[in-house]
Amino acid sequence: MAVATAPSSVSLVKKKELGQSYWDLVWYRFKKNRLGVLGAVLLFVLYFSFVVIPEFLAPYALENRSRYVEAPPTPIQFLDEEGRFQAPFVYGLERRVDQVKRLRTWVPDTTKKYPVALFAQGDEYMLLGLIPMNVHLFGLQTSDKDARIFLLGADALGRDYLSRILYGGRLSLMIGLLGQFLTLALGVTLGVISGYYGGPVDMFVQRFTEFLAAFPNIPLFMALSAAIPAFWSPITVYFMLTIILAFLGWGGLARQVRGLVLSLREREYALAAKSFGASDRRIMFRHLLPGTMSHVIVIATLSIPGMILAETALSWLGLGLRPPLTSWGTLLQDAATVRAIRFTPWLLWVVPPILLTILTYNMLGDGLRDALDPYSGRG
Amino acid sequence: MLNYLIRRLGYALIMVVLVSFVSFVIIELPPGDYLTQKVEQLRARGDRSAELQVEMLRVRYGLDKPFLERYLNWAINFLRGDFGESFEFERPVSDILGARLGYTVILALATTLFTWLLAIPLGVYSAVRQYSIGDQIISVISFIGLGMPGFLLALIILYFSIVVFNLEVTGLFSPEYRDAPWSVGKVLDLLSHLWVPALISAITGTGGLIRIMRGNLLDTLGQPFVEAARARGLKNRTVIWKHAVRIAINPLVTILGAEVFPSIIVGSSLVAIVLNLPTIGPVFVDSLRKLDMYLAGTCIVFLTIMLLVGNLVADLLLAWVDPRIRLE
Repeated sequence: MAVATAPSSVSLVKKKELGQSYWDLVWYRFKKNRLGVLGAVLLFVLYFSFVVIPEFLAPYALENRSRYVEAPPTPIQFLDEEGRFQAPFVYGLERRVDQVKRLRTWVPDTTKKYPVALFAQGDEYMLLGLIPMNVHLFGLQTSDKDARIFLLGADALGRDYLSRILYGGRLSLMIGLLGQFLTLALGVTLGVISGYYGGPVDMFVQRFTEFLAAFPNIPLFMALSAAIPAFWSPITVYFMLTIILAFLGWGGLARQVRGLVLSLREREYALAAKSFGASDRRIMFRHLLPGTMSHVIVIATLSIPGMILAETALSWLGLGLRPPLTSWGTLLQDAATVRAIRFTPWLLWVVPPILLTILTYNMLGDGLRDALDPYSGRG
Repeated sequence: MLNYLIRRLGYALIMVVLVSFVSFVIIELPPGDYLTQKVEQLRARGDRSAELQVEMLRVRYGLDKPFLERYLNWAINFLRGDFGESFEFERPVSDILGARLGYTVILALATTLFTWLLAIPLGVYSAVRQYSIGDQIISVISFIGLGMPGFLLALIILYFSIVVFNLEVTGLFSPEYRDAPWSVGKVLDLLSHLWVPALISAITGTGGLIRIMRGNLLDTLGQPFVEAARARGLKNRTVIWKHAVRIAINPLVTILGAEVFPSIIVGSSLVAIVLNLPTIGPVFVDSLRKLDMYLAGTCIVFLTIMLLVGNLVADLLLAWVDPRIRLE
């Protein structure tokens, strides 16, 4: 490809484009969209670090409590008191009472120094749930059990906030994917059937979608998740929440797929398949479904961030996931009060990853739309 | 036209009945709701006055009656204007919502007006000067605003105002004006607090509107009737605002109906919670969290009514703006 796209050979590129399959063409166009590619790469990095290996990246285990209640972030030091350059270390923490604000805070205790090391040994965990390990990306190299490094501060129980954000991402990021998967399965199947057959299924899909549209979205999410019994186990609540998100999302998708199938089923290739005696199921899922895929992928990509946000907002309001489950939404519960913003502002560090996730999904979705949309002259 | 109106209203009525039924089911769904808890508490006390109160609740909400009867009881009371009682506040639902309705309407109208007055000119500018530097700046900002959730933005603004500028921006009034009678000072104080929700809606709300306005106007500007208008020697401003924008604004009218009317009830409740605004939104969310059933149910029903009214108004407006549309 690199040879073919040399600047002097424009016509060659055009020829090469013509000879390629639809998906090759999409890939070719997508690669040229820098924002889209950046979004895809960032998303991969995000999912890999928050879903696959947060235990390794986080210096401490999720529930590792310490006596450093609401300790502010401890910066990594490179210079000692005399200003000499040293291997990275952090100071210990010492409790102080701030006489002006009448507050108990933590200040660096310069008599204690703990060296920071990469691949330090710490809390035990199972990598990918399979491999027992105790090596973390970074940590303190000391025998002092009381020593802690809090790059993003600590919460009200003295737990390292960076670790909690890393662990919390898993539930938040996965609920978007799981919910979208369910939405796709329901929406595409019912959309294809309702577009192809019409009749009762079509009636049902149409009326149901209209009915859901009569409800405002977020309040309905809230009302339904408020109905999840409080005594259910956290995992059940998690899956119920996913199902609720999918349940409210599939209607719009089904409508769009239905519209596409309505026009596709009159095309020559569909008629040809029919005259060859192909079964309805084969026509629907082998011939018509692929034609809707490009639209479906774009819609799906662009609606995942909405689901992630819905989980975050619901959990933040206390209507979604509940402790001991840790997601970005439940972390936000502690951060989003005026008192917290005033006295423990570092708890707001949970906001940047949420925004980054939404932004990257939008970037990827936008790039995909430009690449997949056959009607646009762009790219 | 009249025929159309009657049909639409009939359809809306059916929808309201359906939604109210579903709301009631949702209300009754959670085990351990407020009413059950309250009855159990009263029973546990076991003295005479408690027995009397249980009896009163039982008669009022028909606790021993079957589900359908309870629904009808609720619905008929609803029509009479008795929305039930909030268990959390121990006051009638209508009192609680009524006290907050004024501010909610003011806030919804103010933010909507601000957003639209900002979005439409920006969208038009973006389309008329396509690919200019102004267009590109507007596009980038609206792209960011499009994906930005309002309540997180509110948190960020709160963080900067508290930590960096040491300002108190929550609520609608400063403490000294909160219970004061209306005066010029109070109005000014209100305006000095109103800019935060206005700014948030300007960033999150305008993005989508600008994109739609820009796209539609670009399509419209390429059409023959615009060229014909220009050929007749009309001023550029007249061509754009009187001929092109009038057609291109269609989808925005639909959005206006679907968003503004419901927002009077729970407009951006998440932002309102962060900023501690005295609107209906936070009460609604709180009622869901505490399973305060009648308060939540009333909000949902009103919300639906607003949405249906909004859609109807949007359709009528559309017919008025675009004479090609005939309602039948």
